[in-house]
Amino acid sequence: MPVVVQQMENAIVRMMDDLERALKKPPSERRWGMVIDLTKCVACDACTVSCKAENKTPPGVNYTVVIKEEVGTYPNVRSTYLPRPCMHCENPPCVDVCPVSATWKNEEGIVVIDYDVCIGCRYCVTACPYGARTFDFGEFYTEGTPMIAPYETAPTFEYGEERTRTKDESPVGNVRKCNFCIQRLHEGLLPACINDCIGRARYFGDLNDPDSLVSELLRERYAFKLKDELGTDPKVFYLS
Amino acid sequence: MKNKGLSYAYWTVVIVMLAVGAVGWYWRVTVGHKLANYGELIVWGLWVAMYIYFIGLSAGAFLISALVYAFGVERFRPIARLALFTALIALLMALLHIWFDLGHMARFYEVYTRPHFYSMMAWMVWLYTSYFVLLLFEFWYETRQDFIRWGKKPGLTGWLSRLLALGSKDMSPESRKRDMKVVKVLGSIGVPLAIMFHGGVGALFGVISARPAWHSGLYPLLFLVSALVSGGGLITAIYAFIAPNRGTAKHTSLVSDLGKLVLGLVLLDIIFTFAEYSIALYGSIPGDVAPLLQVMTGPFWYVFWIGQVGLGMVVPLILLTLKSTKTNVFWVGLAGLSIVVAFVGVRLNIVIPPLSVPELNGLVEAVPSPRMTTQYVPSMMEWFLSIGIVGLGMALFALGYSLLPVKPETKEA
Repeated sequence: MPVVVQQMENAIVRMMDDLERALKKPPSERRWGMVIDLTKCVACDACTVSCKAENKTPPGVNYTVVIKEEVGTYPNVRSTYLPRPCMHCENPPCVDVCPVSATWKNEEGIVVIDYDVCIGCRYCVTACPYGARTFDFGEFYTEGTPMIAPYETAPTFEYGEERTRTKDESPVGNVRKCNFCIQRLHEGLLPACINDCIGRARYFGDLNDPDSLVSELLRERYAFKLKDELGTDPKVFYLS
Repeated sequence: MKNKGLSYAYWTVVIVMLAVGAVGWYWRVTVGHKLANYGELIVWGLWVAMYIYFIGLSAGAFLISALVYAFGVERFRPIARLALFTALIALLMALLHIWFDLGHMARFYEVYTRPHFYSMMAWMVWLYTSYFVLLLFEFWYETRQDFIRWGKKPGLTGWLSRLLALGSKDMSPESRKRDMKVVKVLGSIGVPLAIMFHGGVGALFGVISARPAWHSGLYPLLFLVSALVSGGGLITAIYAFIAPNRGTAKHTSLVSDLGKLVLGLVLLDIIFTFAEYSIALYGSIPGDVAPLLQVMTGPFWYVFWIGQVGLGMVVPLILLTLKSTKTNVFWVGLAGLSIVVAFVGVRLNIVIPPLSVPELNGLVEAVPSPRMTTQYVPSMMEWFLSIGIVGLGMALFALGYSLLPVKPETKEA
């Protein structure tokens, strides 16, 4: 415990060092993973917002959300918060069902989607046990106002590809999901939600590297995975 | 359709439906998915339900035609060709529905160029494509000589028959014998194919472990049984109400025999449905029970109790067992029609309620979007487009019925 607490102070620096080390390895030797400390989450939704800003996701499309629940009966109540990005499962059921191989687990362990291939059948959305996949219906937040706000039509750089959302060009009509900000990772930056977490509840790094902060946290603390019984083997871990 | 007045009424309805469909199609193409009411939780809606509805009708109708072509049950010979033709039209209606449902309609070909055979959906597409091709060939070999015969007729019928004969001129009995052999082979291949592809549609849902209500080994079998019931009901209704030899003893006796077949299938369907519901309810797993409770006691309870149970089970059960109705063409036909209507509800209840249960508690509240909702009622665009597709199917059926040799009597001639 003391070791970890000490490293918390410069966790961002530590994780960026981890990242740099991981990027020097061949991609197939990395295994990206996320660790979320539920005892530190305050449900501020900074992750939700930074994800929206980074990926410019439209209404309905959410790569990460914070599920808030009340437990108990008044006056003995407590709130629980559960941030939920994509779990990047080792055995992703969403990948199995895609009829056109438009989604797969890449060699770094990220479940990705090829927007130019996806036919928008939404079968993968039904197959995800975590509700982590959403369909882009082509909506805009500022639709019906005098002008679509520029932040909605600014290009995104998901998967390192520059794309501008228009009426029926991909990613509109596609299924979309969290990709651990792969475009940032490859530039040596942490996923947006990791950077912006005000309580430092989210950690990210290479699970294959025993010296990474995420590996260390998983050694030191009790961690659980969501719906582990389904055999999906998530790569997002929760500390409680 | 000897009755001119009825024929006019039919075509008026069809044209109105096509016009409504054109509006839906215009919306779908110009505005897109934005106008649909399915959302982020209930990601599949009316179109997927209609898709499995029509694909079930197609598989069911085909399997009934296979009774004759593959298994040699001569009793049903007069309806075999009609059943085959119905299977073809129903398949087209199914494919149109699922095509409009895609996010990128222009990319549908990818299921052929880059199939992922670990996906039940890819299997399904490949199987029903094979089935479609098989249907076309089987239909052609079955009607080839009639096309040549009809080619001598004047007007559109003759022209169409000459076109569809594809230059074939051989009217010899030997060639008919060869045709029938081909039809028998194709029909026999078609049986496992129809079982595989429709069982496959059930498996498409059954393999989804994320939705406990779908994840049941009974699903592929349930789909097959319901295909047979709904297809049987449809063929019975069509034959009872529009066969040219209505009123003859032959017609009445065949209708009542079809009624017996449908009765057996309805009983089978009741057993399957009861097994599926009772086991799930007893197990009490929330993801399993919640959709079923919604089906039975939710805002659309009547779809289950009046539609699925009433029209789909009780009404046909009564009409097909009562002495006074089971040999009456009108009542048996009505029993078939009642099943055909009820199965729209069956399909809606398969697709929608299991999707309305959030994968994680609190997920719906966590996503501030009107599309993240447990409620779903199809939008105007969805209804319009479906109505249009049904209208198109009815138009094609009526055109084929009057211009092609598919009438039950042609076979007997």
